[in-house]
Formats: sequence, C-alpha cells, structure tokens
Amino acid sequence: MSEGNTAAQSYAPGTHPDLPAPIRTTGPVAWVRMNLFSSPLNVALTLVAIGLLWWVMPPLFEWIVLDSVWTAESRKECWDKMEVPEGGACWAFIKDRLRLFVYGFYPQASRWRVNLSFVLLAMAVVPVLYDKMPGRKFGLWYAVAFPFIAGWLLVGGLGLTPVDTDQFGGILLTLIIGVTGISFSLPIGILLALGRRSKMPVMRILCVMFIEFIRGVPLIALLFIASSMLNFFLPPGTVFDLLIRVLIMVTLFAAAYIAEVVRGGLQGIPIGQFEAADSLGLTYVKAQMLIILPQALKISIPGIVNTFIGLYKDTTLVLIIGMLDPLGIGRASLADAVWAGLSREVYLFVALFFFVCCFSMSRYSLYLERKLHTGH
Amino acid sequence: MAVIAETGPDTRNLIARLWSNQQARSVIIQIVALTVVFAAFGFILRNVVINLENVGKEFNFSFFLYPAAYDITFSPFIEYSSRSTHLRAAVVGILNTMLVAACGIVLATIMGFIMGILRLSTNWLVNRLVYCFLEFTRNVPVLLHILFIHGLIVIQLPVPKMALNFADSFFLTNRGFYIPQPVWEPGAGIVAAAFVISVVFVVFFVRWAKKVQDETGRVYPVFLISTGAIVGATAVAFLAAGMPLSWSFPELKGFNFTGGLAIKPEFIALWLALSYYTSCFIAEIVRAGILAVSHGQTEAAYALGLRPNRTLQLIVIPQALRVIVPPLASQYLNLTKNSSLAIAIGYMDVVATVGGITLMQTGKEMETMMVVLLIYLTFSLVISGFMNWFNRKMMLVEREAKKKRAFFSFKTGTGEDS
Amino acid sequence: MRPLNVLAASVAVAALTVAGAASAGTLDDVKARGVLRCVVSTGIAGFAYPDANGVWKGFDIDFCRATAAAVLGDPTKIKAVTSTGKTRFTLLNAGEGDVLWRNTTITFSRDVGVKLRFHGVNYYDGQGFMVKKALGVTCATQLDGASICIQTGTTTELNLADYFHANGMKYEAVTIETNDEARQNYISGRCDVYTTDASGLAATRSTFTDPDNHIVLPEIISKEPLGPATRQGDAQWSDIITWVLNATITAEEKGITQANLDSMKSSKDPEVLRLLGVEGSQGVELGLSKDWAYNIIKAVGNYGEIFERNIGVNTPIGLERGLNALWTDGGLQYTPPFR
Repeated sequence: MSEGNTAAQSYAPGTHPDLPAPIRTTGPVAWVRMNLFSSPLNVALTLVAIGLLWWVMPPLFEWIVLDSVWTAESRKECWDKMEVPEGGACWAFIKDRLRLFVYGFYPQASRWRVNLSFVLLAMAVVPVLYDKMPGRKFGLWYAVAFPFIAGWLLVGGLGLTPVDTDQFGGILLTLIIGVTGISFSLPIGILLALGRRSKMPVMRILCVMFIEFIRGVPLIALLFIASSMLNFFLPPGTVFDLLIRVLIMVTLFAAAYIAEVVRGGLQGIPIGQFEAADSLGLTYVKAQMLIILPQALKISIPGIVNTFIGLYKDTTLVLIIGMLDPLGIGRASLADAVWAGLSREVYLFVALFFFVCCFSMSRYSLYLERKLHTGH
Repeated sequence: MAVIAETGPDTRNLIARLWSNQQARSVIIQIVALTVVFAAFGFILRNVVINLENVGKEFNFSFFLYPAAYDITFSPFIEYSSRSTHLRAAVVGILNTMLVAACGIVLATIMGFIMGILRLSTNWLVNRLVYCFLEFTRNVPVLLHILFIHGLIVIQLPVPKMALNFADSFFLTNRGFYIPQPVWEPGAGIVAAAFVISVVFVVFFVRWAKKVQDETGRVYPVFLISTGAIVGATAVAFLAAGMPLSWSFPELKGFNFTGGLAIKPEFIALWLALSYYTSCFIAEIVRAGILAVSHGQTEAAYALGLRPNRTLQLIVIPQALRVIVPPLASQYLNLTKNSSLAIAIGYMDVVATVGGITLMQTGKEMETMMVVLLIYLTFSLVISGFMNWFNRKMMLVEREAKKKRAFFSFKTGTGEDS
Repeated sequence: MRPLNVLAASVAVAALTVAGAASAGTLDDVKARGVLRCVVSTGIAGFAYPDANGVWKGFDIDFCRATAAAVLGDPTKIKAVTSTGKTRFTLLNAGEGDVLWRNTTITFSRDVGVKLRFHGVNYYDGQGFMVKKALGVTCATQLDGASICIQTGTTTELNLADYFHANGMKYEAVTIETNDEARQNYISGRCDVYTTDASGLAATRSTFTDPDNHIVLPEIISKEPLGPATRQGDAQWSDIITWVLNATITAEEKGITQANLDSMKSSKDPEVLRLLGVEGSQGVELGLSKDWAYNIIKAVGNYGEIFERNIGVNTPIGLERGLNALWTDGGLQYTPPFR
C-alpha cells in the first residue's frame, strides 16, 4: 500500500480500528513526564531529590558495604585492613559481639531456653496476626498464656535452674520489656478508658488524674523513680526485682496512652449502641464486653499498634538506669579497649534492629486498617 | 423495679439489697475506690517517712539555696556561674527545656506540613523519597537520632580555626554556629514600642478583615498589609531614633570565638533531631487531615471560581485543621517530653540540671524528682490547654457553618449529602 | 472478666515471690545464695567491660572475683550488677548488690551523707587534662577560654568548676554522659581538652589511632582515691572487704604470686604463713575459710598482677604504677600488717 492510499481511505463512523495511544502518553517516557516533570515545581523537586540521593547514597553505600571489614580480631586490625582508617564500617565488631547483643549475660548453658522462648513467641504471634489460621481460638488462649510460659522459661524455678533477671540483656531484654508491656498494657488501658468514661465521678476523676499524670511526664523520669525511689515507697526491707519495677512502669506508661486511644474508639461508637444494649437489659459489663468494646477496639487498632511501636522504641531508655538493652550492650562493648571507637557501627546496627521490628509492626497495622476499612 | 417490689418484702440482707440498686451500688464502688486510693497514698507516705528516717535523710528543699558548684555553659537567657545556687541552675534548665521545646515545635510543624504535602505530591520520586525517610525515621528510637545528628555535626563540621566563614560575620564550626549579636543602644525603646504598636494594629486589622470577609465576602490582602505595617512602622521608628543598634561580631580569640551569639551544637543537634523525628508523625497527621477533606469540597470551590491557592487557604486547610489539631497536641507533648533525652548529648535541660547533677551532688532524689515531675506536668498542662483553646476555636467555626448550612437547606429544601 | 482475675492474681503472686526481706548479715546472705553480687559500671575501659561471651573483665571485676574467691572459694561465682553513675549508690543501699567495686571516689559526703562504708583504696587516681600536642599547651593555666569535655554525674565537673574559678579562668563545659561520646567529641575537635581521672585519660588515649599526638598535662587537679564500698551497719562484711583488698597488697609486698603460691606455703616468713592460712586462724575469725587469702591469690594474683593484667604498661591502657606502686617503691599502697 502506498502512503497516498492510507490518507485517502475513509471509514464509516465507528469502524476505524483502534490506533496505539500517542507515544507521549504511554511508555516510560510518558511516565517520567507525568510523574517527574509535569510542572516547573515538579521539575525542581525532582532535581533536588536526585541531587540529595547523589550526595548521600554513594558515600553511605561505600562505608556500609564496599569498604567494610567483616573479619578482624580488633579495631586496629580492622582499620589496618582499610585503605583509609575509619573509611569503612568494621562489622567484625558486631559479629564478635552478636551473642552478647542477642542474649545479654544469660548463662551460656541455659541459652536454649532463650531460643525456645523466641520460637514460642513466634508461635504466639502468628494466631494473633492471622485471623484465618485454623484453630485460632486455641492459638489465642496460648498467646494469652505465653507471657507466663516465657516468664517461667527465662526466669527458671519449678525444675529449671533459676536465672537472675539482671543477667538479661540485649535483644532479649528489649523483647521482654516490649512483649510484657504490650500484653499487659492493653487490658489495663481498656479499664482506664472505661473508667474515664464512667458515670461515676470519683472513678472518672481518678482515671483522668492517673492518665494525665503519666502522659505528662517523660518516661525516663518514671524509670528513674522505678530504679531508685520505689524502695522509699515500700515498707522497709522490701526488695523488689529491678526488672519487675521497670516492667510495671513501662506497662503503666503504655496503658495511659492505650487508654486515650481506646477512649477515642469509644467516642466513635454512636449513642444508639449504648441505648440498644441498655434496652436489651444487659448489665454494664455485658454491654461493654459484647457490644461496645468489640466495636471500639476495632476502630482503635491502628492507634493501639502505633502505641505499641512507641513502647517498643522506648525500651532503649532503660539504658539510662543501667540496664543493658542492645544500645547499652553496644556502649558497654565499646569500653573494651580492643574495640573502642566503633560507635557508628553500634548505632547503625541497633537502628536497623529497631527499624526491622517497628516497620513490620507498622506495615501490619496498615494492612489491618485496610482490611477493616472494606467493611463499609 | 416496680415488678420486684410487688413480689413481697425483700428478704435479702441490706448489702445485697443496696447492691442491686444501681445508684447505691455506684456510691459504694466510689467510696471503696476512694478509700483504697487514700489508703495507698497513706501507706506510701508512711513508708517514705520511715525509710527517710532510716537512712537519716531529711525532706526539705533548702539545698536549692546552696551554691551549685557546677558549670552550665549554655544559658542564653540568664547569668549563671558555678557560684550560683541550685535554684538558679534549675531555672537555667527549665529555660533551656522551654527553648528547645518551643523551637522544636515550630520547626517540627513546618517540616511536618511540608512533608505531609510532599507525600501527596504526584511526583513519584519525591513521594517515594519522603516515604522512605518518614518510615525510617519513625521506626528508629529518637535517642539514636539525637546521637546520630550530634555525631554528624561534631565530626563533619570543621574546628574553629577552619570555620566556614560567611562574610566574616557568620561562622559555622563544630562548636556551634556563631552569628552577630545585636547590641541595643539608648533609643531602642522607641523601636520596640513601634513594633508592639504595629503588632497590636495588625491584630485588630486581621479581625476586622475577617469580619468583613464573613459579612460581605470581600477579601483583603491581609498578609501583605500586615507584614508591610509591621516592617514599615518598625523601620521608620528605627530610622527616626537614629539607628540605635550596633552589632557584636564573633571573632576567633585563642581557643574559641568570642563575641556574637553562639548557637551550640548540642542545642542544634537536639533541636534538629527532635524536630525531624516529630515532623514525621506530624506529616502523617497532615496527610490524613488533607485526605479527610472530601474532594467534592475542592471541586465545589473551583466551580465557584476560586483560584487553587484560595481554595487551599479558604476551603481545604480550615477543614483539614479540624482533623489535624487534636492529634497535633499530643505530638507537641511528646516532643517536649523527648527533650529530656538531652542528657545523652550534654544539653543542659531540666533533667540534666535538677534531675541530674543537682540530684547527684545533693543526694536529694525525692525532692529533685518531685520538682522535675512538677515542671513537666506544668509544661504539658500549658501545651494541652493552649491546644484545647485552639481546637475550640476551630470547632466554633464548624458549628457556625453547620447552623448556616441547616438554615440554607431549610429554606431551599435541598437535601444534605452526609 | 475471668482472665483479668487470673492476671491480677498472678501479678500479685509474682510480686510476693520476689519480695523478700533483706536480712542482717551480708556474709550469710552471700553464702546462702552462692553468688556474690558486685555493683559495677556499664563499661569503663580497663576497669569493667564485658567480653564477647558476656563475661565481665577488668581491674574492678578482678577485685570482685577476689572477694568471691575469699567468701565462696570460687572466683567465678560473681554477678555483675550494672549501674550508672547516678544509680550506683541507690542500688547498693537498696540491697541489690553486696559490694560496690566501681571506681568510685571516696568523699566525705558519700561516706557520711550517702551512708556508705569505704574500705581502703584500690586505685589512687587524680583528675588530669589531655590536649592535642599541636595546640602547644604545656600546662593547665594556659587553658583560659578552652572548650572542655567532662563526664557528667562524677566529681570531675565539680573539681573542674572549682579549679577554673580559683584560677580566675573561663571555659566552655561540654558535659557528656559516656566515655565513648566524650572520646568522639574530643577527637573531632568539639573540645580542646578532655578531663577525667588520669587512668581514664590513659585508657581513652590508648584507643586513638595517633596516641602520640596527644599529651596529658602534668597538673593533677584533684585527689580521687577509688575504693570499694558497702552498706553501713554490717561490721563483719566491712572487715571482709577491707582485708580482701589488704591481702592482695600484702601478697605483693611479700612477693607471693599466682605462680609461686604453693611453694610460698613453706616460706619461713610467719606473716606469709598466717596470710596463706598455714598458721593461725585469721580466716576463721573473719567468718571465712582458713585458706581465704590463698584462694584470692590463686584466682587473681597479687595486687601488682591484677594491675599489670588489666591496666598496666603492657595492656592497651598502658598505665604506670605511679602512686599505686608499693610504699617500698615510692608509691602509696601500704597495708596494715597481718598480725
């Protein structure tokens, strides 16, 4: 066919075959135009973003990966292996201390108990997260029992060699504080939230005072009180395990925040639901358990998970009262003259650990939010 | 209730009868709760008294009047030396906390709004970049951010001898950012007065302009006029008073710069770290707030012929703010409380002074911690009080709007969409 | 509601099981427990730090092990209770540790005000200054206007304030919480000077890539006698800690080492025989076994050996004996006789 013919050919209305879209609206070029250079402002933003990446990423990548050293016996050996001392990360240090980072000072012979509790934790988390799991009901009961099982496994007694809680450290300590705080702060927080919305003025005032007090002061002040002043509040001679004191403080701290999140959820329940429950003749407890709380908790799940993430991140603060969480372990290891001076590696490692944990939690919360959102 | 009464006299004992009465039950529960709480407090108080006696410590605050004997270098507002009292050290700490919290709140809000809007940008690269930054920052403890920024400043910036020099008056070093300090001379009072008067004028003008806009729909260029009035009046007064101002320039003398105003790296690090950490949460709040304003609102505004920036200013932002403000308050509170981590990098805030060195040197845990807790509670009361006031202001607008809309729909009989 | 009840009950039970009354005799407590709990720092180079297996090492830890060897006959039966500068005394006073071996300066207010008991000096220290050689500073009086890194929560910040005030000089105090942060600040030039105890300066300098470019100024501006502490009111336990320390020093005076320990049992010196439990019953009078001092030296060696192993010239820390040499060598370490 010649070109002349194509131009001359005519079609009846509606019979023209579909032509490919103009090149400027499809394909990578169009995508770039649409998404990166659609307006002068966007051009500027794109250029700034590229510049930023170009400036930050290559040196960072070089330091973390290309110029890093993975096997060495000391900082000196590490730096000797590099072209420029301190030009790369000395991951040999983290490798050397990995067990310390994970188990803290838990006795070597009993570390299987820690491993077992990690596995049990994973098993407890699954039924909580996946609602389609078969036999989820038993799984949930197991999840409720898990803190006690793990507590027995880790602390010992009843047939196991007792291990003192001040030997806990590193990731183990973070998980203990995090999991305990998460599992106990939820019920307490719900009770506080109900108390705050109670019709009884005394209850309401007590709950408001408690919540606002806890929310108004920094956690490190509370932790310091737990570590140094709680003894003044107890009868003379009472000795209370430091870890338990810290756990109580962290739990109460998180509970106050959970209470506010749940209160938000409760406020989102239409008054008709309360009236309906009353008109069915349900008691207060039954109305809350069967009608109000299930709905309120459902709306507040994202907020609750966010509070948990905050709690988990706040566990680093225990190092201020001398307990060795991963950051504390890192700092203590830096006091070893053989390795001193590698603080950047420690900070990056600890940051990565927290990022992995908290990011997965926040992704899960997002997933839940979307799933619950499809309801209406 | 009436049905039960007809079944004959209630033979159960008094407590059971009281328990089945809802009102009586609630009174009983409250009395019991109150008793338990008071008993617990009494118990704790008794223990404290006994324990303090056992270790031979007295509960009093007189140590606040003794010399502190330690130095605080960063005290931008009041004079302080190691001979000053613990009380003065505490005041320095409080002021430092307030400074970093106030600066942090301002910067976090600005950064949060910018990032929240960038997250909604159609620019894929910017969108993703901001997303990655937000997620990484949000999911790492703030303590690490503070240590990281501090390390960055201290290691990457040059020492004073090789300071980054901007026009011989601004110097950037790893010991701080040195800027010229204004020194007021006699006559400066006139300038200050002119400034205050112009601000008062602007406040009234803004109110009046808003009223006019509400009533007639006429819009004044409020921002331009306000800025012009303040800058103009101040400048005229400044010239009229014979320019009563000189500058003290920083100068390298011996080990350090002297003269000028020094912004210390500890302050910068804490301020930046707290700001960008908190701004990540604010960005999410802002994004959610803007998304919460239904697109129909924007379309309606366009249909009315409003330009895009006017739409944003008059339609979208006021509605988004109603969603944004309440959670913003708790972020501001968090920022203030997180400033207590200053101790990790040596910024002398209230926890580092009263709750740190003073506590260590005097051994008065009880008294110093009480002071620290009270100070933070005051901060949080002030912040939540202010945010509640602001929130109510926003809510008031909503109620008026509802009233008007209801009135409108009644008159015309058009249905409402929500 | 039932799960909540169960929960509340278990919390109460847990609380009751951990709550126990601290009894009067620390020695009996330790023996009954089978483990000695030492309050130590969260990490000070050379003095206390964990190795890769989580085993604590260092100068202070060796004294803790010596105490365990004397009391329990086994130097490994120790537990390190980590503490910060701020929490150390409260931990000890709350009964969470039996003895504090955490390079702690003996001061009047700590002895009298904080209600502790100190038992001699295991390290004579003093606050010094470290500067970069390139600054050309040779003595502390040239430091007017300098930026100085100090560790907070210690006596050093008070000494520093007093020293500069007394000499009419100004300085910028950069208060840092941990040694590693202080090191980073000093190396990067945030501070011109790093001040802490001389032992700490040496330890920090040893971690530099260019230790020769830094000097420690000759001035020592304070006395920092570091020593062990216990709670007040337990005379027997105080005696034990005092004489554990004295035993290590006396052993060095008498030339008893880990290597020649067994041959020294047949020494002709009656004091050596008394110390090693061959003659007399000093150990039993202390409430310990007869061979308590023998166990100490077998476990950790004499004072000189502990010093050289952890912080001496051949370690990365590289400290001279200096004031900590025996009195016969011109130092201050001098003990009452075992008689």
